[in-house]
Amino acid sequence: MSFRIELESLRLTGRLIALGFLAVVFQQACVSQVTVFGVSADLTPLVVMSVGLLAGSMAGAITGFGMGLLVDLVLVQTLGVSSLLYIPIGYWSGRLRELRDPSHGLVPLALGAAATAVAGIGMTVIQFLLGVDAPVSLVLLQQIFVTILVNTLLALPVYAFVRRVLRSALPQDPRRRRRRAYTTGGLSPLHRPSERLGPIPRA
Amino acid sequence: MHDKQVRRRRAVLGLLVAVSLILLTAYFGESPSSPLHAVQRGIVEVLSPVQEGASKALKPVRDIAGWFSDTFKAKSQVGKLRKEVQYYQGLAAQYENAYVRNQQLSRLVGLDGSLGVSAYHPVTAQVIQRDPTLWYAQIEVDKGADDGVHYDDPVIGDGGLVGRVSLVGPTFSEVTLITDHSMAVAAKVLDNVGDTGMLVPEVGDPSQLRVQYLPPRSAIATGDQVVTAGFTDGPLEDLYPAGILIGTVSSASQTQLLTSGTIKVTPAVDLRHLDVVQILTRPHGGTARAQVPGG
Repeated sequence: MSFRIELESLRLTGRLIALGFLAVVFQQACVSQVTVFGVSADLTPLVVMSVGLLAGSMAGAITGFGMGLLVDLVLVQTLGVSSLLYIPIGYWSGRLRELRDPSHGLVPLALGAAATAVAGIGMTVIQFLLGVDAPVSLVLLQQIFVTILVNTLLALPVYAFVRRVLRSALPQDPRRRRRRAYTTGGLSPLHRPSERLGPIPRA
Repeated sequence: MHDKQVRRRRAVLGLLVAVSLILLTAYFGESPSSPLHAVQRGIVEVLSPVQEGASKALKPVRDIAGWFSDTFKAKSQVGKLRKEVQYYQGLAAQYENAYVRNQQLSRLVGLDGSLGVSAYHPVTAQVIQRDPTLWYAQIEVDKGADDGVHYDDPVIGDGGLVGRVSLVGPTFSEVTLITDHSMAVAAKVLDNVGDTGMLVPEVGDPSQLRVQYLPPRSAIATGDQVVTAGFTDGPLEDLYPAGILIGTVSSASQTQLLTSGTIKVTPAVDLRHLDVVQILTRPHGGTARAQVPGG
């Protein structure tokens, strides 16, 4: 039993590492070079949000840290800035899943917008704290807003892709849990009521 | 059991945040030659071939997306560009005449007026990565120290100034664009007298730059061109050679000039759609220049 749990955990870790690495490379090599309404989409907060929502707060926070660090390394930015922003995105997406278990199909959409807003506004605040020498334009706000809109449109496809990649490695996937319960027999209260309740006494 | 899980979760979260803050603080306070920067350079060097390969493999996807974006943009620009063509055709004839006169006068005062871009030993490089954030305007190109690229070399492309080399690896370089908040370039406005000022970006708006510290009573008008000033003061020389086009004045009101000595400039280069750039590996025609320590 514990061997199987360890194996599943290893499989999930491997997939998360591969997903994070490929997401950052794809973002830098392709997505960031295509502009929509004058801005580029940023898939990384969406991937972190999706991992948190699917795999829980711990996996979300650790993925956020790892992807943020990779983004900072690849882009030769100040190390730790993106990590600091992506950790809460992954963590709170995971907490939402653990506390509320939202089942509505549009939850990733709202969370994608929130994640992008946290990343965009958070980056602005950190840059101001670190010191900006040049004048700042109000167009910055407009750009952040448009990025949030573009990312919101991409949130559902990104979530669907991440779910497809992680689904078979998730230990608590509701579909698998439900399927296992019904196929092994007797775990569902609705399954074989006669066996559960015993013979029905007849008058 | 539940308490243990909660404690573990909080500990991991605290640890991750603490590590991020330590990294941020350490990196921010260090010089470019410090261990953290060296590790970062090493990782970029390792990942650079992967990104280059991915960039080439994903080019068709980018091209398709770019085609749709460009088509919509082009349609809205046709009328405006036709008028501009007419205007610039007239202007080109005037400049041709002025150029011939300038060549003659340059020879008279002993200046080497023939120093074109080819004299700066340009190295053509392909853009393999762009930065998606609004705060770090950087690109990565596929040429590095092995090709003769140095730290702080000026970078041009698409007929105008792009930025400067801010990190050099053996086979790649990081270029900080003129729209990055850390950039400042000595600029000259080609009005009647050639007023000079300091060009800085307008953070958050990649399509706008500003020239500051201009004389309050300058006769600058919208449409005037802005080029690099390329000052020389004894042994010290500007990083950028003189006369490289930066952009055109998009807004210049007398009130703005009187109160803040500032004008707005639209970059000549579309910095978000660069595919190929040129790095000027000898920006001063082979003369020595000041070096930044730790660069």
